[in-house]
Amino acid sequence: MPPRAFQPYAAGSAVADAEAPRTPVNVPHRGGPANPSAAALRAAFGEDVVRRVDVVWGETTVYVEASRAADVVRWLKEDAGQRYDYLVDVTAVEYREPERPIEVVWHLRSLPFRRFLRLKAELDKAAPLEVPSVVALHRSADWLEREVYDMFGVRFEGHPDLRRILMWETYREGHPLRKDFPLRGRFSRAEQLRQALRTEPEAHYSMEEITVAEAFAHLPADMRARLGAGPKGGPAEQAGVE
Amino acid sequence: MATTKRTVEVALSTNGLDRDGRPQRVPLVTDAGGNVLTMEAPAALEPELEGEHMLINIGPQHPATHGVLRLVLELDGETVVRCVPHIGYLHSGFEKMGEYRQYNQIIPWTDREDYLNSPGNNVAFALGAERLFGVECTERAKVLRVIAMELSRIMSHLVWMGTTAVDIGAFTPFLWTFQERENIYNLLEGWVGARLTTSMTRVGGMAADLPDGWTDGLRKFLRGFPATLEESDRMLTKNGIWVGRTVGLGAMNAEEALHYGLSGPMARASGVAYDVRKDFPYLDYETYDFDVPVGTNGDVYDRYLVRLEEMRESVRILEQALARLPEGPINVDDPRLVLPPKHKAQSEMESMIHHFKLVMEGPRPPVGECYVPVESSKGEKGYYFVSDGTAKPVRWRIRPPAFVNLSAIPKMVEGHLLSDVIVINASIDIVMGEIDR
Repeated sequence: MPPRAFQPYAAGSAVADAEAPRTPVNVPHRGGPANPSAAALRAAFGEDVVRRVDVVWGETTVYVEASRAADVVRWLKEDAGQRYDYLVDVTAVEYREPERPIEVVWHLRSLPFRRFLRLKAELDKAAPLEVPSVVALHRSADWLEREVYDMFGVRFEGHPDLRRILMWETYREGHPLRKDFPLRGRFSRAEQLRQALRTEPEAHYSMEEITVAEAFAHLPADMRARLGAGPKGGPAEQAGVE
Repeated sequence: MATTKRTVEVALSTNGLDRDGRPQRVPLVTDAGGNVLTMEAPAALEPELEGEHMLINIGPQHPATHGVLRLVLELDGETVVRCVPHIGYLHSGFEKMGEYRQYNQIIPWTDREDYLNSPGNNVAFALGAERLFGVECTERAKVLRVIAMELSRIMSHLVWMGTTAVDIGAFTPFLWTFQERENIYNLLEGWVGARLTTSMTRVGGMAADLPDGWTDGLRKFLRGFPATLEESDRMLTKNGIWVGRTVGLGAMNAEEALHYGLSGPMARASGVAYDVRKDFPYLDYETYDFDVPVGTNGDVYDRYLVRLEEMRESVRILEQALARLPEGPINVDDPRLVLPPKHKAQSEMESMIHHFKLVMEGPRPPVGECYVPVESSKGEKGYYFVSDGTAKPVRWRIRPPAFVNLSAIPKMVEGHLLSDVIVINASIDIVMGEIDR
């Protein structure tokens, strides 16, 4: 096999003449130098989309209009002066004050320019929690968006396969990282077990697979009733057993 | 359900099988000398399985998935057509629990998420929390943390190398690498008293300073370890089985690696020259002299080479850290964060109140947020903190490198053989504790 020309994709390649990066020291709490991409974003999209720019602990946060978030990410990725080609993280923040909106957070990194930018979109809790998906731009968002959906209930419009990822698909207690979700969960252990035995096992799986569903049907009737009713017993019809 | 049933029915009614479902024997055609003339079965006896895909399930309880990972594979013969990973079997809600704990109380959970890299996680957490509190650790703590991070990198890569070699069928390197890992665990035990769950940092410093003679132990390890590494290198790098089982498997080029968000050795094997220690340095990593190995093909073999070289570079960093280890305090001089010495807390009223308030109420960072990444053994690991000014974070988010790396596995195994799925999965270096959190 002939040796092929290999060019590594080098971080910092667009700032070759700049000084080497250093460990940040004496980072100010507020009001340090903002990432130049924030001003570029404001110039490209205007005040309607780029609501606010915040610099905290040396990191620039750009608050964007939620419905345009994917456009902003696309522009940041494709513009020759920005090249935010690495999506570090997608997550969400809910504050303890119930009236504050939920924030969806994108951590973006421009490897060629060695820049880090945080995008935030505020979602009012009264409205449906929806933001556009960026999976088409950054495939790494696939599982990250699923996790945000799982944990916060934020729907990502355009995600190809938006389903729960860490919790099981029939999980009925809501979204665990929401502040109104109690630390120990909504249901007791007994209730959780009862629900787990009551649900259709097929629903756990996205593909047609061998499950215990058939085996359950073949069990003796008394055993089905006992398993279906949960550990404390209870009316069989409540447990969904004929 | 339906697919599985159909597959079974077809298999039973295939002409090549007898009534009991066993393959029918085909008589061999031989010449007078007993030489086999043809081995080909008549076409009528060939099972017709074209177009029938088989679904198989690997895990969650399977030793080769390196944890409770479940892969559902759709196979065409032995070739993977589709792979659907299922995760979450080890979900423990660390991020939720963190919202109910003070910052120092979260540190034990960082041990337990990526449990092969605990000291590195502790350091990453402390760095992030210190940014949030607006303090910087002392010079001695910086070097101690570099030692902790590089030791945990070696530790984690050793486990990776040993277990991956076992997956491919080589048992010997497993014993060598685990012996060296044991040596590191003994060092950690001497330092902080714990082996796996070290919890060795605090916000503002370290849990413990090095005991007397500890650096001699590390020097002894650094003298012996490269020899073991050379041995494993000789055993694997040009080993025909190893090369045959790893070259060309699960290849990702640089664009794909970025698109899928790979980081750490996975991205560098694909030719993405990105290392947080070089590009967004922390702990004065820019003052250490070390190189970052970068691969070309992005296959399993390159990932192995990158990790092997990274261990050698870690040895270089450790030697420099030992040479420069300064004397001095390990904790910042900040009474908002650091407990008074125990003898004072037990003898002076003011120190006792100070100790009590700090333990019961906890230090309070100002309102703000920060994301501080480090280069862990798996890739870019970062903790994202959001504080509303109280002693407990509003949000504590782990950016898990293995989670993002694993999300590319459907792409990597597509078109490869079933037996290669195990190798490709091993090459990602997953730790389910970190993926499920």
